[in-house]
Amino acid sequence: MLSKGLKRKREEEEKEALEVDAWWLDPGLPAVTQAPPTLASSSLFDLSVLKLHHSLRQSEPDLRHLVLVVNTLRRIQASMAPAVTLPPVPSPPIVPNVADNLLASSDATLSASMASLLEDLSHIEGLSQAPQPLADEGPPGRPVGGTSPNLGALDLLGPATGCLLDDGLEGLFEDIDTSMYDSELWVPASEGLKPAPEDGPGKEGAPELDEAELDYLMDMLVGTQALERPPGPGR
Amino acid sequence: MPCVTWLGRDRGAAPGPLDEAPCSEGELGVPGLAQCTADIISTVEFNHTGELLATGDKGGRVVIFQREPESKNAPHSQGEYDVYSTFQSHEPEFDYLKSLEIEEKINKIKWLPQQNAAHSLLSTNDKTIKLWKITERDKRPEGYNLKDEEGKLKDLSTVTSLQVPVLKPMDLMVEVSPRRIFANGHTYHINSISVNSDCETYMSADDLRINLWHLAVTDRSFNIVDIKPANMEDLTEVITASEFHPHHCNLFVYSSSKGSLRLCDMRAAALCDRHSKLFEEPEDPSSRSFFSEIISSVSDVKFSHSGRYMLTRDYLTVKVWDLNMEARPIETYQVHDYLRSKLCSLYENDCIFDKFECAWNGSDSVIMTGAYNNFFRMFDRNSKRDVTLEASRESSKPRAVLKPRRVCVGGKRRRDDVSVDSLDFTKKILHTAWHPAENIIAIAATNNLYIFQDKVNSDMH
Repeated sequence: MLSKGLKRKREEEEKEALEVDAWWLDPGLPAVTQAPPTLASSSLFDLSVLKLHHSLRQSEPDLRHLVLVVNTLRRIQASMAPAVTLPPVPSPPIVPNVADNLLASSDATLSASMASLLEDLSHIEGLSQAPQPLADEGPPGRPVGGTSPNLGALDLLGPATGCLLDDGLEGLFEDIDTSMYDSELWVPASEGLKPAPEDGPGKEGAPELDEAELDYLMDMLVGTQALERPPGPGR
Repeated sequence: MPCVTWLGRDRGAAPGPLDEAPCSEGELGVPGLAQCTADIISTVEFNHTGELLATGDKGGRVVIFQREPESKNAPHSQGEYDVYSTFQSHEPEFDYLKSLEIEEKINKIKWLPQQNAAHSLLSTNDKTIKLWKITERDKRPEGYNLKDEEGKLKDLSTVTSLQVPVLKPMDLMVEVSPRRIFANGHTYHINSISVNSDCETYMSADDLRINLWHLAVTDRSFNIVDIKPANMEDLTEVITASEFHPHHCNLFVYSSSKGSLRLCDMRAAALCDRHSKLFEEPEDPSSRSFFSEIISSVSDVKFSHSGRYMLTRDYLTVKVWDLNMEARPIETYQVHDYLRSKLCSLYENDCIFDKFECAWNGSDSVIMTGAYNNFFRMFDRNSKRDVTLEASRESSKPRAVLKPRRVCVGGKRRRDDVSVDSLDFTKKILHTAWHPAENIIAIAATNNLYIFQDKVNSDMH
């Protein structure tokens, strides 16, 4: 499992006395407040993406769960960003500007986990990924400056994962067909009472439904008349 | 707890068609007490006098318990809660437009203040709120002129004289009828309902909107809060709970997934998108982690009986807020801080998203909330002492004294301590309720309801 590295064995815990298992918050690590070790970050990232995927697949996603997972993903993404926005370095294999081994090794693990993530996602979605920014990755520690256009912007969920999102995290909610949620046929009268400046088409009906959909809806309504609930709110 | 010893009462699983239900037997080999999903209790609520206790479950059923009046014949059984009525409140529905199934699980029950002989309550699932009227019938008319004893029409030629029907006593019958159905008010899932102190209106809240209803009007509601962004992609926060102020009919509070509370005044504007007060505690930079937001998400908010304070529950703490101070809570109590180091695992298994409720006692001096392993916690605000108790079959034997429990995180371990690693995260106490006046509490542990009473109360009889 993704987070195997984070679980600790029961015997170890019993031996330790009152030790807090928040090793990624260890003050000894550099930049701990904003960039915990990316090994943990990338595992959490993978886990969060899976959760998000699973949540979006639900017929009616639990909005609270979805929002919290997305926000957590954003946090992880933000914390991983400094680790990859390195200045381009001409010669391999070691990034000379990076004095910190942690960051260097985190590049490798980040790259590795991103590669596997892309593989997983393309496998899941059945789409082939055109740009493979990490396909030609050299030995560990190779500067990611050369591929920073993809990583520097940290569109980890961006073009490289086009199957999931087209434009970064903002595209996350495109999967949710809010036009169904906003379908005017079942909007209670209160919606009309409230000023809604952002709604262009207005509240008179469901202008976005075309004839075929209307016909289908009529069939459904007629067919399920007996099962319908008490009359809904007036228009 | 300094002066309160808790005793178990003999309460068990909610009654119902357990024999027919396709459940496996429980660990004790008793059918019906195992994990039947439909029997999982999803809400618990005392009425305003504490005489009645309502529970809702995942199968859409409501079970109402009534406290038996004290009787001299059975000195030890007075004040027990027995089943008063059981009815099917909500059925599973199918939304044909969106091809979605609507769960029948009862999310919340709220009692209306009693205004006549009948009792009324509101029950809600994800989409529809229903007003139920509960009446008693203990008399029936006998001696009809046109109908015989069985209700069949009499042959008129046999009727030679007229009689006045007389009311005769009969076995008590509790009748429940749906008086109002408030449907189609919510696009998203309803998480709370709250009856206004004016006893005429109530509000219902879903993830993004809060509606105000009049109890007598079902075909319309007024939207009073709407946090839905113009672009759903910009959604970063949802409404998690809401409640009307107990005394001021114009005030209500709602909590968010980011841990903030907003107090709104309905006199200020028709749409209360702008709060009157915003209660938010700044994030502690020293304990910041990826999960900071998730654990700060407020799962329940309750006004104190006095109306002066609010109680909130987030994943690891309960907090008391003074309505006059927005900057930070006046009190914070750690429910299970030993979980702080386990957040990653709890995120992985989704336990970090569990929504625990919280409760005040009648005098607002003690607060209570549930935890894992069928533990629940109480905090005395005055003495600052706290206790952990367990809702289990052993503890629920009549007059069995509840023993305080302890969770150890390592190091020295006492004999009866429970280790953090052996906590059962499937046994969660999400729903608890406290009698409005006495020290009687109702604890829902999966599909079992436990009722505990303090020793002082019991010994008085």
